[in-house]
Amino acid sequence: MHVRLKTAPRFKVRISREVCRHCERCTVNCTFGVLSHNGTEIVAEHDKCVACQRCAIMCPQQAISIIPGDIHYAPHSTFNERQRMIIYEQASSGGVLLSGMGTDLPYMSIFDDLLLDACQVTNPSIDPLREPVETLTYIGRKPKSLRVSQVNGSFIVEKETFPHVVLQTPITVGHMSLGSISYPAMTAILRACKEVGIMAGTGEGGLHPDFYQYGDHVNSEVASGRFGVEPKYLKNVAALEIKIGQGAKPGHGGHLPGEKVNKLIAETRMIPVGTDALSPYPHHDIYSIEDLQQLIGALKEASRYKVPVGVKIAAVHNSAPIASGIVRAGADFVTLDGFKGGTGASPRVIRDHAGIPIETAVASVDQRLREEGIRHQASIIAGGGIRYAADILKIIALGADAVMLGQAVLIAMGCRACQQCHRGLCPWGIATQEPNLVSRLDTDISTQRLVNLFKAWTEEIKEILGALGIDSIESLVGNRDRLRYIGPNPKIAEILDVKHVGE
Amino acid sequence: MSSQIKKISETEVAIDAARNGSPLPYRQLNALIHEMHDEGFEVIHVKNVYGQRFICAGMEGNTTVNIYGTPGNDLGVFMEGPTINVYGSAEDQAGNTMNGGKIIIHGNAWDVTGLAARGGSIFVKGNGGYRIGIHMKEYKSKRPVIVYGGVAKEFFGEYMAGGLLMALGLEEDKGRWRDNTEHPVVGESLATGIHGGVIFIRGRVDVKSLGVGATISEITSKDKRILDTAIQEFCKHFGAPEHLIYQKQFTKIMAGSARPFAGFYSSNPI
Repeated sequence: MHVRLKTAPRFKVRISREVCRHCERCTVNCTFGVLSHNGTEIVAEHDKCVACQRCAIMCPQQAISIIPGDIHYAPHSTFNERQRMIIYEQASSGGVLLSGMGTDLPYMSIFDDLLLDACQVTNPSIDPLREPVETLTYIGRKPKSLRVSQVNGSFIVEKETFPHVVLQTPITVGHMSLGSISYPAMTAILRACKEVGIMAGTGEGGLHPDFYQYGDHVNSEVASGRFGVEPKYLKNVAALEIKIGQGAKPGHGGHLPGEKVNKLIAETRMIPVGTDALSPYPHHDIYSIEDLQQLIGALKEASRYKVPVGVKIAAVHNSAPIASGIVRAGADFVTLDGFKGGTGASPRVIRDHAGIPIETAVASVDQRLREEGIRHQASIIAGGGIRYAADILKIIALGADAVMLGQAVLIAMGCRACQQCHRGLCPWGIATQEPNLVSRLDTDISTQRLVNLFKAWTEEIKEILGALGIDSIESLVGNRDRLRYIGPNPKIAEILDVKHVGE
Repeated sequence: MSSQIKKISETEVAIDAARNGSPLPYRQLNALIHEMHDEGFEVIHVKNVYGQRFICAGMEGNTTVNIYGTPGNDLGVFMEGPTINVYGSAEDQAGNTMNGGKIIIHGNAWDVTGLAARGGSIFVKGNGGYRIGIHMKEYKSKRPVIVYGGVAKEFFGEYMAGGLLMALGLEEDKGRWRDNTEHPVVGESLATGIHGGVIFIRGRVDVKSLGVGATISEITSKDKRILDTAIQEFCKHFGAPEHLIYQKQFTKIMAGSARPFAGFYSSNPI
């Protein structure tokens, strides 16, 4: 039973009475029930505000500002404001707290403690605007060796060939399902991937029939609920990926509440309208590496060995031996999702407190696979808190082949990171299925914004590669000598196998 | 490789799954089956099957595949359309994530049969292991059906979200059918986490063996029709006497709620 306690609001919506024209546009735009018109003026229920900025941005008079709550909590370092609010809320509801996006806690960033090298004097840098610098990335198994023989005067390269996904730039879009995000958001992502020549994940929600046209740029996810998994979903796509874990909620399943399962979502997931879509915590056919090998085998058989099959895991304490098992089980790529990764809905306690940083996970997995001589058997895709081009370069230098983006993609489309994705009320039309909210997101504009972002980051990648004197991104993979550590903890540098600055 | 294939007629072909007395690796065998399927054969006999996995994986169309021997794990995984007759027993995960078609097993089919199936039907003459028919779902005309003639173990119908799951608790010996009096029809944690679909167990079910979210419910006249259809088809496949099956009442198990976890979470902003 709910027992609510009146508490101090996090934010305050301040409306300038002098300039407000009472047009009520803000009350229409607010999806969280904060603003209303009481007959004489706009009034706000401050405790409902999440600082999504929709009202302030849409106000034609710019009469609205959102400020931090000004009823201060008495300072206390142990029971800080956040801790107290968590206790108030759970004492009110008795529920498991949910949240969206990645953790907002101020964990340190290892990326920010790494510096890139650059060429001076002895090895010349390259001007990427005038000389070729390659960002082409192949995802999939590579042959261990090439045999070159001469037949009748011409050279023949003999090698085993394996299916690959060819990415024009080492960027992929992670798995966000239609359900967690809206139809126009999904359309924009797939269109942008097609235009830029990269791929996007489906998330565990199947692929809506409208999206089969983007099949060459689709990475179909096979997760524990097996939603939407049908022969078409496995055969007409660029890659298949078994989802074992997600950075924002390692070890946790999925739960799309019945309210979000409307006609569109029902059609994609292939479940009746209004029922809960539960993805079990484990795959019930996977309890060991041997079982994983079996599902990888089943997917390769079902797709007739035409596409690479990957496995996605959350970055956790023992990622390296787990990844080794995954590669030995036959995976063509391993996706590692760091603990800062995003989510449409996760229990806050898991989002904020489980997993490890992507930087350490990639470094240890790459190291382990190289030591075991199996690094060529699988590509590594890294995600979970990748913020900009610098992070992409640093994670590739630590051992990844490509990155997976989620939150950055949503922010590019206009997400304000208010972390309310799980409520289905996204005022920007991204993480919602409400038709009147979905219509707020323009597909064409969002597509262009994503294309712009991917192109800008690709140019920045080329700029840095040029400065490093490297003409192909593949030569940066695991090239840790081009990184130096400037942070406070030498142990981290040791784990990353990166020298300290000055060394 | 052609030595493994024997064409019987324009529409029928036989594949030998063994060469010089040892089983073909699954990848070779499955490539042959897919090749014959792509060539348009309507009936494919696969003989001397000995544990090869993934037979008919992702296969579409109306082909009939007759398997003689013991197919390995993941028989008919992701399949949509074909009919598979197994003259022997299947191993684990027969009909894994199956979308349509039919699997008829004239023996036992062990753990996790029909995992996450979304359509089609699986009839098993004998017994099953753990986690049979878990996380099955249904959508529009797609409604998976699994019927076991014998008994099964724990977690029968776990996470079930749709479809029909049945166990009859019978056994057959030299053409004579009788009740299996040695084992319970299904084990504990029956239908745990169920939020859709329906389970019929022949005989009484102790409430204590029900899992989270499962309830025993009245059999309606609509249920009766569904039951009758499934029983008729079972008897047609395996020659079991219908009157014996009806000697015991069925127990119907379904979800107490389509929203078993409503109220479990708190969505308020912090």
